[in-house]
Amino acid sequence: MTTSTEGALASIPALLARNVARFGSKPAYREKEFGIWQSWTWSETASEIDAMALGLIALGLAEGDHVAIIGRNRPALYWSMVAIQKAGAVPVPVYQDSVAEEMAYVLDHCGARFVIAGDQEQVDKVLEVQDRVTTIEHILYYDARGMRKYDHERLHAMADVQAEGRAASERLKPELERRSAALTADNTCVMLYTSGTTGKPKGVVLSNRNIIETSRASAEFDQLRASDEVLAYLPMAWVGDFIFSVGQAYWTGFCVNCPERPETMYENLHEIGPSYFFAPPRYFEERITALLIRMEDAGRLKKALFDRFMALAKKVGPRLLDGKPVGGWDRLVYAIGQVMIYGPVRNRAGMTNVRVAYTAGEAIGPEIFEFWRSLGINLKQLYGQTEASVFITQQKDNEVRADTVGTPTPGVELRIDEQGEVHYRSPGVFVEYFKNPDSTAATKDAENWVATGDAGFIEPETGHLRIIDRAKDVGKMVSGALFAPKYVENKLKFFPNILEAVVFGNDRETCAAFLNIDLTAVGNWAERNNIAYSSYQELAGHPQVIAMIQSHVEEVNASLSEDDMLSGCQIHRFLVLHKELDADDGELTRTRKVRRRIIEEKYGDLVTALYNGSAEVFTETEVTYEDGRKGKISATLKICDAAVAAVRPAVQEAAE
Amino acid sequence: MLDQTVTADGRTIGGVVMEMRNITLRFGGVVAIRDISFDIREGEIRAIIGPNGAGKSSMLNVISGFYHPQEGEVWFHGEKRRPMKPYQIARQGIARTFQNIALFDGMSVLDNIMTGRLNHMSASFLDQMIWWGRAEREEVANREKAEEIIDFLEIQAIRKTPVGRLPYGLKKRVELARALVAAPKILLLDEPMAGMNVEEKEDMSRFVLDVNDEFGTTIVLIEHDMGVVMDLSDRVVVMDYGKKIGDGTPDDVRGNQEVIDAYLGVSHD
Repeated sequence: MTTSTEGALASIPALLARNVARFGSKPAYREKEFGIWQSWTWSETASEIDAMALGLIALGLAEGDHVAIIGRNRPALYWSMVAIQKAGAVPVPVYQDSVAEEMAYVLDHCGARFVIAGDQEQVDKVLEVQDRVTTIEHILYYDARGMRKYDHERLHAMADVQAEGRAASERLKPELERRSAALTADNTCVMLYTSGTTGKPKGVVLSNRNIIETSRASAEFDQLRASDEVLAYLPMAWVGDFIFSVGQAYWTGFCVNCPERPETMYENLHEIGPSYFFAPPRYFEERITALLIRMEDAGRLKKALFDRFMALAKKVGPRLLDGKPVGGWDRLVYAIGQVMIYGPVRNRAGMTNVRVAYTAGEAIGPEIFEFWRSLGINLKQLYGQTEASVFITQQKDNEVRADTVGTPTPGVELRIDEQGEVHYRSPGVFVEYFKNPDSTAATKDAENWVATGDAGFIEPETGHLRIIDRAKDVGKMVSGALFAPKYVENKLKFFPNILEAVVFGNDRETCAAFLNIDLTAVGNWAERNNIAYSSYQELAGHPQVIAMIQSHVEEVNASLSEDDMLSGCQIHRFLVLHKELDADDGELTRTRKVRRRIIEEKYGDLVTALYNGSAEVFTETEVTYEDGRKGKISATLKICDAAVAAVRPAVQEAAE
Repeated sequence: MLDQTVTADGRTIGGVVMEMRNITLRFGGVVAIRDISFDIREGEIRAIIGPNGAGKSSMLNVISGFYHPQEGEVWFHGEKRRPMKPYQIARQGIARTFQNIALFDGMSVLDNIMTGRLNHMSASFLDQMIWWGRAEREEVANREKAEEIIDFLEIQAIRKTPVGRLPYGLKKRVELARALVAAPKILLLDEPMAGMNVEEKEDMSRFVLDVNDEFGTTIVLIEHDMGVVMDLSDRVVVMDYGKKIGDGTPDDVRGNQEVIDAYLGVSHD
């Protein structure tokens, strides 16, 4: 399977045709509906997709049009993306939880004439913005529930469009064949809007070559095969989902499973038992928190067994996974542990069949990472970007470490520039930012090298890439010491009690931080310690909670003081925020990255208080509810001083 | 009376399915309902409102057939209703939810919902023992209907959860599911939003409208939240001390002086 994108397999529809020929009767998609897993073979999938493509052409879809897709992961929406491609147009998946305003920007920017929405909720949002987005001509919806009373002049049920397509098959088939045959490796495969930690989202144009070459290289890297199973539960608008559930799925022909509803994801994961799995670090963290909380409630015998075997797993599990030598006795006990503890834990987590699991997007806590690996789960890290069609570096099976992101994916070249910023060049490098040549030029040079915006270095001995921080966030403190906020934030976030952290200190004398408590972990702790609280705000402001957080901050300070480069980043003062940072309020991106400039601006009063020595501060904050309405919450926040360990002289500077 | 009206939002409301003629209901010396007449039309959402103790729940029980009024007549599908046995009541195609949730706490959500299919089970004791064949087919059909309703009310995630562990708002939804799974012609909701927060109320309102829209179910509901009543219902009956003091569209009722007095109180000077 070394066929390149030049030739017959230059597009996703071409791969679909190949899969029908090769795996026609094998399941391509499954979705749980009405309590039963429904499945569609590759042949059935192709016929659904054809009907959609014909229907779209019948409605007037032209080649090169952009079509927005909004909804949760459902087979029909994945099919619609391929149908759009087959009809010569470009799918633009949009984050389904975006509020109407964000959606309006994207729809307007890509000039979508057609919008495909999952259900009534999404249709409502589109209808709300259609006055501002004048290009919209047709809205298609999949789930017809509650839509009967709507004005159907421009609204169409997907089933009707497909029926129309089938009816007009004879007339339109030649046109569809012509359009799909005309697709080359240079045609746009998909356009994905990056959430962007600053400014407006940018539309990343990825060609067929980008997607297919990257999918091929990465699938071969991990020996993905047609018998693999994945669970598609991450946002369809995220490049990772597009690569896993479309690119790699069509390249290798594996089966994509869609959960019944977002809330049933854990249960569905357990039922499917995927062999290839991706989740952000937060997911792996949450599941451990949930597991440990339940173990606290277990009987004494079970708890003792669990602790005993987990201690052993911690010692030998990762070594066994890497094929390193392990003593005979430990091997035997580990085998018993497999039956009694590890197997059941893996099974509950839906990880029994996992051959390859990845995490990426944020740094993962070493302990969390090791926990999963010690259970015998091949959890690895990768480093990627939308602009690279995901893959830049990946960890090889026997070279897995918590503190690196691995070596370059086959076909990727890496370079670190003088400022320490990571650059790469690969077949996956994006074509351009849509209607934004300035940004394109600023990110990608003439030789196709792309600046990642991340500062990092390559370990000389191993060739592994290590990421320090966002390049533009790395700054200097007044003393001249290096300021790397994300590095410190990650250290803080490794404590289960801390959900988010925002560290300030650029061009300042000292560092200070905003912290968010993790309601699950802290709430559970409060219950155990008989601490009564009635709201998130009250719990966050509880003196004992603050004392606990303070001890975490001081631990981080102690660990930072041992690092020559970053000892200046110790946190002198901090406060625990009265609300969770939220993407709806623009404080996080949709992929839950902190937008520090916006936070610094919005909570200017709190930042001032952190630095002017006051012991508490009154603040009022605007919050956006899920339905877009706004409200205000106010609170008086305590500002705490944290003990700081002595800063060693900066060795780095002395060396210069 | 086979007239049809189409509402502003495009629903069709058909002829009269049930008519109350001069109903009086007494419990010993207490007169719960005094000489009330009104009708219910097919496919409409009919609200009954009134202060506490106005006789609303009693009225609902008269509609369901559980109470037989001492005076007056209930006409259902063009027939005068006679006193009925409980199983006859259940087979009329009228389902209801209760003001105080009445579910089986120890049973799963799915099992609770399946109990709503009781009227659609006809396999004999012997069939059930043999299981294959008739009993199995029936079970499959009933489960299919239950799953359809679970999907409709978006409670897939709690399908196997014991009802006792659910929060109040979800219990209310499960109760609605159990009523819906019987595929009723008329659905009686006794304070479906009581004790809910704003978000839960919005969800429930959406479900009530969707049920009416999707299945064409006639809905009679008792509710205290005036906002909800005015938004949801096509016509409203207002009761006070067992008497009817208003009947008409939400706008009519809102402007009715007697209704305003009953709800806001009258000054006695």
